Amino acid sequence: MSGSNIRDRQRLTGWVLVTPALLILLLVYAYPIGRAFWLSLFTQNLGTELEAVFSGLSNYARIWGDGAFWNSIVNTTIFTVVALVLELVFGMAIALVLDRSFRGRGTVRTIAIIPWALPTAIMALAWTWIFNDRYGVLNDILMRLGLIDTGINWLGNPTLAMVSVIVADVWKTTSFVSILLLAGLQSIPQDLYEAHAIEGATPWQSFRQITLPLLMPQILIASLFRFAQSFGVFDLIQVMTGGGPAGATEMVSLYIYSTVRRYLDFGYGAALVVVTFLILIAVVAFTFYLLEKVRKSAGVDI
Amino acid sequence: MTLTQSSKKTSGFSWKVLILPVSVFLVVAFSLGPILWQFLTSVKTNEAIVAIPNVYFPSFDQLTLNHYIELFARRPFLRYIFNSAFVAFTSTLLCLGFGAPAAYALARLKIPGRQLILTGVLIVTLFPYILLFLGLLELVKALNLGNNYLALIVPYTAINLPLTILVMRSFFQQLPKDLEDSAKVDGYGTVGMLLKIVLPMTLPALVTTGILTFIFSWNEFIFALTFITVEEMKTLPVAAAQLGGASIFEIPYGTIAAATVLGTVPLVVLVLFFQRKIVQGLTAGAVKG
Repeated sequence: MSGSNIRDRQRLTGWVLVTPALLILLLVYAYPIGRAFWLSLFTQNLGTELEAVFSGLSNYARIWGDGAFWNSIVNTTIFTVVALVLELVFGMAIALVLDRSFRGRGTVRTIAIIPWALPTAIMALAWTWIFNDRYGVLNDILMRLGLIDTGINWLGNPTLAMVSVIVADVWKTTSFVSILLLAGLQSIPQDLYEAHAIEGATPWQSFRQITLPLLMPQILIASLFRFAQSFGVFDLIQVMTGGGPAGATEMVSLYIYSTVRRYLDFGYGAALVVVTFLILIAVVAFTFYLLEKVRKSAGVDI
Repeated sequence: MTLTQSSKKTSGFSWKVLILPVSVFLVVAFSLGPILWQFLTSVKTNEAIVAIPNVYFPSFDQLTLNHYIELFARRPFLRYIFNSAFVAFTSTLLCLGFGAPAAYALARLKIPGRQLILTGVLIVTLFPYILLFLGLLELVKALNLGNNYLALIVPYTAINLPLTILVMRSFFQQLPKDLEDSAKVDGYGTVGMLLKIVLPMTLPALVTTGILTFIFSWNEFIFALTFITVEEMKTLPVAAAQLGGASIFEIPYGTIAAATVLGTVPLVVLVLFFQRKIVQGLTAGAVKG
């Protein structure tokens, strides 16, 4: 009797502690997403004098034929995949370096975190300046090395603009990847490597056969976070290119933003949010599935 | 014969010895290069900034503080810094205030639907803000919160709650349970025990999550760009990004560089002091969640 009483009170206290946080999360996450689903069934733009008029699935039919949107999906996918691969490679390299013991390691580890901590919008300004076609330091270095004769218009050329924003993104976020991977490296017991070396394995073989498999959970988690953030990239592109030149770096987020803010097309913007949300959920679910599989197989093997 | 052999050995050896220092140097150069270049630009005169070939280290007469003076004398830069700091600090406090109790309940108390809540919290950490901004924009308009700090404080509290809950929960799970049991024997209720016994022990973890929350709030861009349009209420990243100058032919490179230095210095200081805590928080939030 009194046991169930205590349990009831504990339950009540639990709910009292959880509810405020839950309400804020529902307000800022659940409401906007639910609202987007609802609003996507309406036309609400300058044509309807910003009144919401029910229009069924017409917004989704419009997305189907919207070349600019699919172009932004392609751009976002290229940006995300290339940046992610580079971040994993560099992040792994940096983590391996920071895992070694050398004098001043603490300081170098601190320095390696700095890019992650800085505001993306502000570092986008810094990179715009580095890539400046007339006074930029990158062109200056390339010219001093004799690799080019005249300055390259990095942000003015469609392909090079994509390269530039990827470089800036890789710079900004590799440190996040390397922090996670370094934590993973530190949890691998050293004797595994020693035993492996006694068996005659080269460092490369040890990396392939011990480090990579044991690091798989961290690699997947870092990829998951980075994928989601890259797929919604906004600040960096907005500041560096604004989506240009000629839509070459137009990302999904910029397309949604201008649909809503510049063209005041709320219903269509909501449908774009829904489609982007569904794509994201699908990829996340797939990664979770992979993660579960890796965790299971690691549990069996070790 | 022996001589050549030994010299071969030392030369082969010395190459390997170089790999680590060179890679350490590369890591440092990669991490600091863009920031250093921005700093150098910010203290150069306009003539030195647009000199071709580039001036890397300005001579004494090429040095100036004019770009910084410009920011404070002709623009409300102190105000931007205050706005960023105020919004980030308030949302950090709110986030800890709401997040820590929730994390405790999710770690220790048996609530129905706990697993569902945790999964939900984990998934929303992956949502990019662009998915939220349309719905929030409508809310801000409906509640007439445009150009009000609350339009930033509430979303910033929310976007940091998932990480706070995950990090704090993993911390509470590591706390010895005997402690709370003996507090209960001593007659504390759950809330009293939380405030008097658990909270003081929790301070380090609160600092860890607080720093992350502060950084994320200070750096946020899209909400700050959308919900705040009045000049004197803008946050630093937005204000810096909008330093376009009067015409495209006259981009104030030096002023922009000075603004980026001001926007990054507080964060560099935070990292220098709290490197360990930042790493702890990030790995606890991402890996253990």
